[in-house]
Amino acid sequence: MSVFETWVAAFLTLCVFSFLYKDNPFYRFAEHLFVGASAGYLLAVQWQDVLIPNVWTPLLRDHRLTVLIPLALGVMMLARITEKTASISRWAIAFYVGIYSGVAIPGYIQAQIIAQLADAAKPFPSGWGALSAGLILVGFLGVLSYFFFSAPHKGAHGIAARIGIWFLMVAFGASFGYTVMARVSLLIARVQFLMGDWLHLLPGS
Amino acid sequence: MRRGPLLVTFLSGTVIAALFFIPHHKAQEFNSTLLGWTLVVYAFALALGSLSLWENHARKIRTRSEGWPYSLVTLGALLIVTGLGIWKGVAEGTPVGRIYNSVNSPLGSTMFSLLAFVIASAAFRAFRARSPEATLLLLTAIVMMIGRVSIGELMSDKLPGITEWLLDVPNLAAKRAIAIGVGLGAVSTALKIILGIERSYLGRS
Amino acid sequence: MVWARRLLALDRRIIFALIALGVIVPLLLPINLPVAVSPRVRAAFDAVDALPAGSVVLLSMDYEPDTMAELTPMSVAILRHCFRKHVKVAAMTLYPAGVGLGEQALNQASRDERAVRNTDYVWLGYKSGFQVVILGIGENLRAIFPVDGYGTPLDSIPMLRGVNSYRQMSLVVNLTASSAADYWIQFAQGRYHAPMILGSTAVMATDYYPYLSSRQILGLIGGMKGAAEYERLIDVFGNGRRGMDAQSLVHVIVVLLVIVGNVALFASRGWKGGRGVGGVAP
Repeated sequence: MSVFETWVAAFLTLCVFSFLYKDNPFYRFAEHLFVGASAGYLLAVQWQDVLIPNVWTPLLRDHRLTVLIPLALGVMMLARITEKTASISRWAIAFYVGIYSGVAIPGYIQAQIIAQLADAAKPFPSGWGALSAGLILVGFLGVLSYFFFSAPHKGAHGIAARIGIWFLMVAFGASFGYTVMARVSLLIARVQFLMGDWLHLLPGS
Repeated sequence: MRRGPLLVTFLSGTVIAALFFIPHHKAQEFNSTLLGWTLVVYAFALALGSLSLWENHARKIRTRSEGWPYSLVTLGALLIVTGLGIWKGVAEGTPVGRIYNSVNSPLGSTMFSLLAFVIASAAFRAFRARSPEATLLLLTAIVMMIGRVSIGELMSDKLPGITEWLLDVPNLAAKRAIAIGVGLGAVSTALKIILGIERSYLGRS
Repeated sequence: MVWARRLLALDRRIIFALIALGVIVPLLLPINLPVAVSPRVRAAFDAVDALPAGSVVLLSMDYEPDTMAELTPMSVAILRHCFRKHVKVAAMTLYPAGVGLGEQALNQASRDERAVRNTDYVWLGYKSGFQVVILGIGENLRAIFPVDGYGTPLDSIPMLRGVNSYRQMSLVVNLTASSAADYWIQFAQGRYHAPMILGSTAVMATDYYPYLSSRQILGLIGGMKGAAEYERLIDVFGNGRRGMDAQSLVHVIVVLLVIVGNVALFASRGWKGGRGVGGVAP
């Protein structure tokens, strides 16, 4: 980045950080600028990376008339912007919702259900690994029991659900620990930018 | 007015799901064609979001709603970035490439880096060991936060092993059950959409 | 207990200042704490390291500026590893705002390892649609990406001659902050059996352990710590490793805040039981 771009980036970074003290016009300016610039970038990228290579070039250079179908569906999608024409967009929405739903069925069944059930049902390894594998199976069945709400959590089902809760607490604790790690990493990078790239205060910058 | 779109959803969903299992090259060519069309329609759906943003902020300016000058910033940024991106492209070194590096990227990353402060404040105020389950969650989170970073590795050479065990056994068991549950939910929702039982995506009749 | 009640009413801006100091001080005065490598990152490294020279890897950098702090160091480390091994990389993204970040990672890594565009790597760019793109690559790469990110037809790019689907790719690497990981696993790995490694933000990393167990993914790089471990394996001191001192100190601060918060609460009110954060009804 040039010196000017670095200063612009640093100014905008500080505008956002000013929110930590309290909401203020600098923060609101930065927030609105971000929304507009992001939406503009998204439109520009769709134009350059999707519409030109996948629609205009096949249509105008290669004369592939079949691209008129997705183009028509896309234009119908845009009709949603006004209430009067919104019903036209249903055809386009129906097409792509149908495709995504159809694609989801074999995808989820194969990769998330069958593959995971197969791994849950595999034979235990020998030695201490059998203890861990046994615990995994117990925890897996316990958590499944907990999420089955069609029957009351009583008796054997209730005991299994309670075991499931303990495993869930460990899993959520692990997730929380990792979430803290993730958020802190984001802050570290911004401070590295301000102190290194902008102010050149860091060793080696 | 909804029967036609519902039929389109049914046909597109069934055909694409069936093509998953038909290896014949003509079927797979048709599969590729349908996927290519969906890609284009999806691009228009994303563009619709930006147009909706435009309409929302333009209305705020027209009606002089609270904060309307900020809407000028949003619309100005949207117009400038879109126009420059369509005219000059979006690659590194182009005007939009420079705007991305000095505006979009620092604003986006700084907005999310605020979460580091928020999560620390939340941990102090809300993370309470009020029950045995909450205590287990809290202890697991603490072990994870310390054990996964360098300082934990220095405190005890057993900590990394303990964190790996927590992730490989109780966490895995719970997340596997959750993954299967999510998969079953996704498949049932997809089936309901294809069969026309779920129609909310088409909007009000 | 007055001190406990005062502590519980602590202005959150003091906590913010503590966190800020916890980041700033280690960056100004680094001690370069050692980074131990976890088995999951080692497995991801080994999957790339085992590739013969001339193999083609598909690298999908599916993230945006909000998560670049964790994922860009991973991208650069994996790219540098591939370039050192003379493994060719076809890079792409499923996120429009990931275009700039993908290019930056490629430019940085290619500069560091003197890799040449269209010979050692190609930037395919962005395509919308997630699942349809992933499935489409499995059938016909050129139907989805007729040209690369700079408008060059794929047929005229030397390293992509004969490469038109996952069958001709030795490994798929997905670096992501979203459910794109699920789609890559479901379709690229599940449908087309492409060997796969995953890099994710730390928030998501714990969710993908079941896929490691079932060998649907061969390795997992989680968060900035994972990036630091990968950098250690390729003997590079990048932004991942640079951040580890600050990461350690802030984690200690957060743990102390949790402990102090609980001590203050129990000192001021005593144990009352009942529902709490993360707890369930007894």
